[in-house]
Amino acid sequence: MALYLLRRLMQSGFVLVAMSLLVFLGVYAIGDPIEILISPDADQIEKERAIRALGLDLPLWQQYLVFVGKALQGDLGRSFVFNEPAIQLILQRMPATLELAFGSMFLSILIGLPLGLYAGLRPNRALSKGIMAGSILGFSLPTFWVGLMLIMIFAVQLGWLPSTGRGETALLFGIPWSFLTLDGLSHILLPAINLSLFKISLVIRLTRAGVRETMLMDYVKFARAKGLSPFRVTFVHVFKNIMIPVVTVVGLELGGTIAFSVVTESVFAWPGMGKLIIDSINVLDRPVIVAYLMMIVLMFIIINLAVDILYTVLDPRVRLEAKA
Amino acid sequence: MRLVFAAFGLALSFASAQAQTLTMAVGAPVTSLDPHFHQLSPNNAAAGMIFSKLVEDDAEGVLRPGLALSWSAVAPDTWEFRLRPGVRFHNGNAFTADDVAFTFARIPQVPNSPSSFAGFVRPITRIEVVDPLTIRFITNGPYPLLPMDLSNLYILDRETHATATTEQFNSGAMAIGTGPFRLVRHANGDRIEMERNDGFYGEAPAFARVVYRMITNDSARMAALLAGDVDVIDQVPTADLARLRSDARVSLSEIMGLRIIFLGLDHGRTDASPFITDNEGRPIARNPLKDLRVRRALSMAIDRNAITSRVMEGSATPAGQYLPPGTFAHVPDLAAQAYDPEGARRLLAEAGFPQGFRITLHGPNDRYPNDSRIIQAIGQMWTRVGIRTTVEAQTWSTFIGRAARAEFSSFLVGWGNNPDGSHPLRNLIACPSPERGWGNSNRGRYCNEALDQGLMAAMRELDDGARAAQLIALQRLALDDLAIIPLHNQTNIWASRRGFTVTPRVDELSMAQSVRPAAGR
Repeated sequence: MALYLLRRLMQSGFVLVAMSLLVFLGVYAIGDPIEILISPDADQIEKERAIRALGLDLPLWQQYLVFVGKALQGDLGRSFVFNEPAIQLILQRMPATLELAFGSMFLSILIGLPLGLYAGLRPNRALSKGIMAGSILGFSLPTFWVGLMLIMIFAVQLGWLPSTGRGETALLFGIPWSFLTLDGLSHILLPAINLSLFKISLVIRLTRAGVRETMLMDYVKFARAKGLSPFRVTFVHVFKNIMIPVVTVVGLELGGTIAFSVVTESVFAWPGMGKLIIDSINVLDRPVIVAYLMMIVLMFIIINLAVDILYTVLDPRVRLEAKA
Repeated sequence: MRLVFAAFGLALSFASAQAQTLTMAVGAPVTSLDPHFHQLSPNNAAAGMIFSKLVEDDAEGVLRPGLALSWSAVAPDTWEFRLRPGVRFHNGNAFTADDVAFTFARIPQVPNSPSSFAGFVRPITRIEVVDPLTIRFITNGPYPLLPMDLSNLYILDRETHATATTEQFNSGAMAIGTGPFRLVRHANGDRIEMERNDGFYGEAPAFARVVYRMITNDSARMAALLAGDVDVIDQVPTADLARLRSDARVSLSEIMGLRIIFLGLDHGRTDASPFITDNEGRPIARNPLKDLRVRRALSMAIDRNAITSRVMEGSATPAGQYLPPGTFAHVPDLAAQAYDPEGARRLLAEAGFPQGFRITLHGPNDRYPNDSRIIQAIGQMWTRVGIRTTVEAQTWSTFIGRAARAEFSSFLVGWGNNPDGSHPLRNLIACPSPERGWGNSNRGRYCNEALDQGLMAAMRELDDGARAAQLIALQRLALDDLAIIPLHNQTNIWASRRGFTVTPRVDELSMAQSVRPAAGR
């Protein structure tokens, strides 16, 4: 186990370095941040001052080395636009994104699992067919469109819920969270539903497929033959065994949701990291782009690791040392 | 019965509390509350609510007394400003001439600024504090634009801000000015909450509380207005205009803006231009755009009315010059170029291109309203007169770097003017020159030494009448030579819910003091 973790950590280090190098080159290839940031009537003197102030006068390789040197001391640079440490900017907006991501994850399990179970247990009922057809919509409708429709229906037409933004927050562990207040909950509901639509469909399909497969297994037949109640068969014997694919996918999806909920965040003006990264890309705010992507890589590494470890808990046959 | 009354009373107090709070949503995010960190319209708008300037510009762009009551050139190289007495900062400190001297010294010193305000104070060689309410600026020779330059600079307090950092402004601790609102809370990139500054020296703002939200997505901003979550929005998407005009719940406030949308042309190359070929795709040895007849043909081939009425849905006015009416040195009686495809073909034939040529027209697709659709329309219009045009729209972050390196043959771009005839001439038309500090956005590399000499003289002319006449003549020169091809002036549009009215500004700034309760409610 220890050896396995060590090896994973070293791989992760390489990924981080490669990532930062790629982003540096990528931003350099896209364009010149100075041309975007500087006022168009600024003269040469002013332009050169800005180039020096942002450290863009050095050759690219030197800029990269300066970055690496500082990164090793835990400093990922200051945002060109905000003049604040990039990491601080990201962390400020992280709670908003986290609660949105977990909210949507929660909804997807709360709604997806029971529907998937039902569709798996009673595959020929009309309702099951309806659920499966609905899940296709969940996959295929574009998020921004669904988001706008939700706003149009529930905020503009019915006026039940606020259209955009994050509501009132309350402090927990010194961090402002909006799910702790009623106003906050009413604000988070629509974006969370929007973000969870895809995942609900995913969970439905995974659960249904798992149930259909497991129901035919010998041990389920045996359990039934033993005279166990259908409830016990479903929720103890079947349920446990379908959880492995669900946990894997939901885990990976969580990472994706935290990192790339850009569309939902911008449609609902949700002040999270997704909006930050898209704004930063638009103005080529390189320190924020680099810091953000490095954090995301780190997060994926940790989530994957957690999922791997969770496997061993769910399925005793899996041994991490055996084949890393 | 009593319950009904109680409920009624509650509803009333709720309604009046509502009327006291203004919630507005803007499309461009404010990135800093340090008024000297980044010269950027959204930041200037935010600063304009909390801080104030010596010289203010009103909704039409006319200079008005701000923290200074009056100003005059007491000598050819000396401007004297008389300051407003009795003004206090939000923390109670008195405003004096010394604070102005401190502010102007701080401006070039703000660390890490991606676009500072230093250019506005550079003409000042020395500052003389005559008494607490009189200050003199000694410039390097006569400098008529000083009052206009100073209408960009927000004044800070020496006592409060001596060591203030950009981060302290952003956190709110140092966001202390003399403006109509005082800061309550700043959530970076999300919202700014303010309350009325009851000690404000000017006209009192109509609302006791302001929530200034940033909703960058056009549809989301629109939905927030229709849902009643916000009272006022800016940057109304042109696609929604027709519907909004017939919607009784919403009213629009519009004004012809200072921003001009134009086409830049490659003047820098006399030999082959990179995106121009003959009809067989071979490079043309000489750059056709150096021929005035070709440039005129390109301009005549554009149906500006079709663009403003169809593509822009009426939210733009065809432009025959750089500045809209009402600005300093606007050229009188000069209409936009009429659509004349026949004339364009004739001119092309005269210039030796009876069969036309091929060109690529570049432009951004995420910068100006309908930018990529405009260049598509122009591409079709040019092709109709025989110039086979390929259109290439790209994201601003890629586009602007390439444009600045003069990589294009023809391109669409916009320019947010100061309301003074010298502003477009200095920046878009004058030869690029680091010494003079001119031609900074001259991305077509047009260069006309005669024009520059004339501009130099105008820039030292303190008499407004004489200066206006000179600038008008210079603009005519550049317009006749088609240094750039003006297309249209954008209309700045705000939409508000019933009960609110917005005074639209030519400079596109969205500020809470421009909003008032609608009369007769």
